[in-house]
Amino acid sequence: MEFVTQLSSAAPVVMIGLLATAVMLIDAFVRDSTTIAFWTSLIGLLVVAGAGIATVSASGTVFSGMLSVGGTAALFDVLLALAGILTLLAARPYLRREVREYDEFYSLLLFALAGAIMLAHSAHLITFFLGIELMSISFYVLAGYFRSQPRSIEAALKYFLLGAFATGFLLYGIAMLYGSSGALSYTAIHEHLQKGSALPTLLLIGVGLLLVGIGFKIAIVPFHQWVPDVYQGAPTVVTAFMSTVGKAAVVIGLIPLFQALQPAVETKVQVAVAMLSALTILLGNIVAVVQSNIKRMLAYSSIAHAGYLLMGFVAQSERGWAGMLFYAAAYVFMQLGAFVVVAIIERENEHRLELSDYAGLSRRHPVLAALMSIFLFSLTGLPPFAGFFGKYYLFTAAIAAGYTWLAIIAVIGTMISAYFYLGVLVAMYFREPHESLAVAHGSTAMWTLWLSCIAVLALGIFPTPFLQFLERFL
Amino acid sequence: MVWVLVGTLAVPLAGFLFILALPRRHVRWIHAVSLTASLVTLALAIALWIAFRPNEAGFQFHIAVRWIEALDIGFRLGIDGISLLLVLLTTFLMPIALLASLEPIRHRQKEYYAMMMLLESAMLGVFVALDTFLFYVFWELVLIPMYFIIGIWGGGNRVYAALKFFLYTLVGSLLMLVAIVWLGVYAEQHAGSFTADFERLRYIAPNLPIELQRWLFWAFALSFCIKVPLFPLHTWLPDAHVEAPTAGSVILAGVLLKMGTYGLVRFNLELFPQASFEYAPLLAWLGVVGILYGALVAFAQNDMKKLIAYSSVSHLGFIVLGIFSMTVEGLQGALLQMVNHGLSTGMLFLCVGMLYERRHTRELAEFGGLAPRMPVFAVLVALAVLSSAGLPGLNGFIGEFLSLLGAAQSRFLDSFLPAVLGACGIILAAAYLLKFYHALMFGQPGNPENYHLRDIHWLERLQLLPLVALFLLIGLYPRPFLQTSEVALRGLVAKLEQLRFGTTTIGVPEPKPPSEQPSPPGVGEPQKLLEEQLRRMPPPRP
Repeated sequence: MEFVTQLSSAAPVVMIGLLATAVMLIDAFVRDSTTIAFWTSLIGLLVVAGAGIATVSASGTVFSGMLSVGGTAALFDVLLALAGILTLLAARPYLRREVREYDEFYSLLLFALAGAIMLAHSAHLITFFLGIELMSISFYVLAGYFRSQPRSIEAALKYFLLGAFATGFLLYGIAMLYGSSGALSYTAIHEHLQKGSALPTLLLIGVGLLLVGIGFKIAIVPFHQWVPDVYQGAPTVVTAFMSTVGKAAVVIGLIPLFQALQPAVETKVQVAVAMLSALTILLGNIVAVVQSNIKRMLAYSSIAHAGYLLMGFVAQSERGWAGMLFYAAAYVFMQLGAFVVVAIIERENEHRLELSDYAGLSRRHPVLAALMSIFLFSLTGLPPFAGFFGKYYLFTAAIAAGYTWLAIIAVIGTMISAYFYLGVLVAMYFREPHESLAVAHGSTAMWTLWLSCIAVLALGIFPTPFLQFLERFL
Repeated sequence: MVWVLVGTLAVPLAGFLFILALPRRHVRWIHAVSLTASLVTLALAIALWIAFRPNEAGFQFHIAVRWIEALDIGFRLGIDGISLLLVLLTTFLMPIALLASLEPIRHRQKEYYAMMMLLESAMLGVFVALDTFLFYVFWELVLIPMYFIIGIWGGGNRVYAALKFFLYTLVGSLLMLVAIVWLGVYAEQHAGSFTADFERLRYIAPNLPIELQRWLFWAFALSFCIKVPLFPLHTWLPDAHVEAPTAGSVILAGVLLKMGTYGLVRFNLELFPQASFEYAPLLAWLGVVGILYGALVAFAQNDMKKLIAYSSVSHLGFIVLGIFSMTVEGLQGALLQMVNHGLSTGMLFLCVGMLYERRHTRELAEFGGLAPRMPVFAVLVALAVLSSAGLPGLNGFIGEFLSLLGAAQSRFLDSFLPAVLGACGIILAAAYLLKFYHALMFGQPGNPENYHLRDIHWLERLQLLPLVALFLLIGLYPRPFLQTSEVALRGLVAKLEQLRFGTTTIGVPEPKPPSEQPSPPGVGEPQKLLEEQLRRMPPPRP
């Protein structure tokens, strides 16, 4: 009975694992199975999201303290499953246009999501590591999904080599933590820290190495070098997926871990992270200004957004964590939306990815242009979109923690970012179109855009339910 | 009446959504919807004015709906005499701006009218928001439609102008955002809970230590001074004005600049009084520099729109001078000048737009000798020019006069000089405006095409006549306007003087007793007020 209860409260994790395996098996045993795989994934993810909603009220950990259930983890199950659905809807027309719709894509996407969801539920360093690795390895393969394109292969290889290197840091950090506290589960580590029975130096090294590993995964300067090439080379829908789900999952994964480690995170660590955050914001935004390839530009901007996310980490307060989660959710929708617009405009073999290709988009496709503007305004952080409230909330956390200078750096970054985001708007609205941009309308990708747009507006104008949820469960 | 206030925001927003839903080929419908929405909004604003109780201190038609409870952010609206006048100005200019768009705006009309509606809603929101978060939301929301209006329907160099406008404003406002958050956090640490409630902050903020106030003062002031624009932050204005379509210029000069001066009164004086005392002379002097510099540069312009744009820099200098005199007269004058400038500069832009429609040039040298060919137009332009130059009997005079008067007798500036130099600005204004008028209307036509210009038709007259009516109304009978804002400004100045000098010369307004009493100086009829002030003015020094 005990086992069944545990199983049912961890239903989202179990289900996504089963779903991914099932889709892989469909791929193996059914010929021409893409349609089946697509629909199975879609319906399966809806079920996972439903399971997330159903298990919200669960609490505590299951399976000998390996997984935490309910609460924010359940909320992020829903969010991650939703991001998966949005990616699926956008990916199908994209892959068909590129004539590369194989069903590995769907199973890889689901495995990545399984890793992400496990990460969201992790209450133990082993599940934390497993989640991150399952997700990352799926990403490596997905990045090289266009296996005949040199750029895609380059992206995969670069991502894999550097990723494996970062994994080493992560694992080493975990080993140090274990060495210092003798425990792997968050609750046990926390107890040791509070009793003061952990070795402080070893602990600090462990935290540092862990931060390096995490910094690589969410692209913090100076561990960001892989991002532009990988995001540019990977198929656009994959970039959309990994730049959003990857970050959101690591953020939700690191929060319980660092809540447990809080006694060990000294002011020194806080200051160091604050500096990394400032550096990330400035570098990401400044380098984005000179990009003419829109995927590269969004890649650098995603680096900058990782910097904004870190502001919540710097605060080390409940509001900081809530701010991170809120911003991560907002970021998922706005970044995904922007990348999907890019995917819709893009043509075979990496055509139409330059800023100049967006000239006059508003004349040919006013709806597409308007949606893109909403995502870009939200990324800039203009009200009333989700990105604005997310930043506002992070600022309150950082300023309350005494890091007003970081907030000022963040707004300077925002000013710089306005310049290049507006560049896209200038092209779309103020320039004349030079050729007709044929876009397949009525494709399922438009659903992705509309849903993301609704989410960006809803989170921006009515953030209260989301915040109340976080307040209750953090 | 609360719903009327919400209605002023909701009606244009509804218009915006409705226009978005209309198919783009139904141009007539789009015009009808936007005009109706703006007229309904005007009617609502007038209803507010009628229902407004000018003798009551504090905000009226107060509404507070909880919005984001975690940070005590609410949908808090309310108006006092200061914001009411600006709401009236905004709602009054909008239908005129829309009428002025009917002819020149020929492409992408659906987007254009949708943007205008969104703009109106956002501008009104800036003036009525009583919550720092909400204020910031509206403040930034104004940027988006204006950016598109300049960038899509503007002139040749519109992309550059739009970008410059956007970035300048954003630079200022983002620092203000940090200050807004900072204030909220300060409230959390010293007064119990985080808040964005303006009415709570106005009690918390003045108790801040002066070192902190200075920073916050500048974080707010920078944003507002860019918007005003105060010299030397004015460089975006000529570009934006020259490139914007006529209606865009009207709204930009008429309303958007007033958002900056409104912010200075509402936030800087109210929240950071001690810092304001310190920086009042500096800002007042910058205002004076703006008056003179704007006037001199305007004198040298050949592009008519540029000329008017620089005249705005000059006129807004009077407003800043009036505000930082921190006297009742100065602030009354500044506020009235905000309205006046909106009307007269708006009208000048409309007139230039009408000429541009006919000749497709804005070069002064291209014109000349228009008076015999366009007699009605010539008379109307003359009125606008004279109003802008501050001729007694028209509206411009009262505002400028009161601003200078306030500056002259200000206990905060404690110097006669800014007022004297500012007064030179009036002379310069007369010089460049008359030069403008002369070059336009008299002499020989600079280009043979001018012989065939037709006079303005009914649609154009419809745009200009309401403005002229208001010129005369304010010029001859300013009392209802001054009275609207008097109590609010009196309360503000009394608070400032109390903080600075420990005493105040301002009689706190009390409900009038039934028996006739000689009112203390400065209370009562504005004409009396003027006479009284003239009598009290120090004699000219030998």
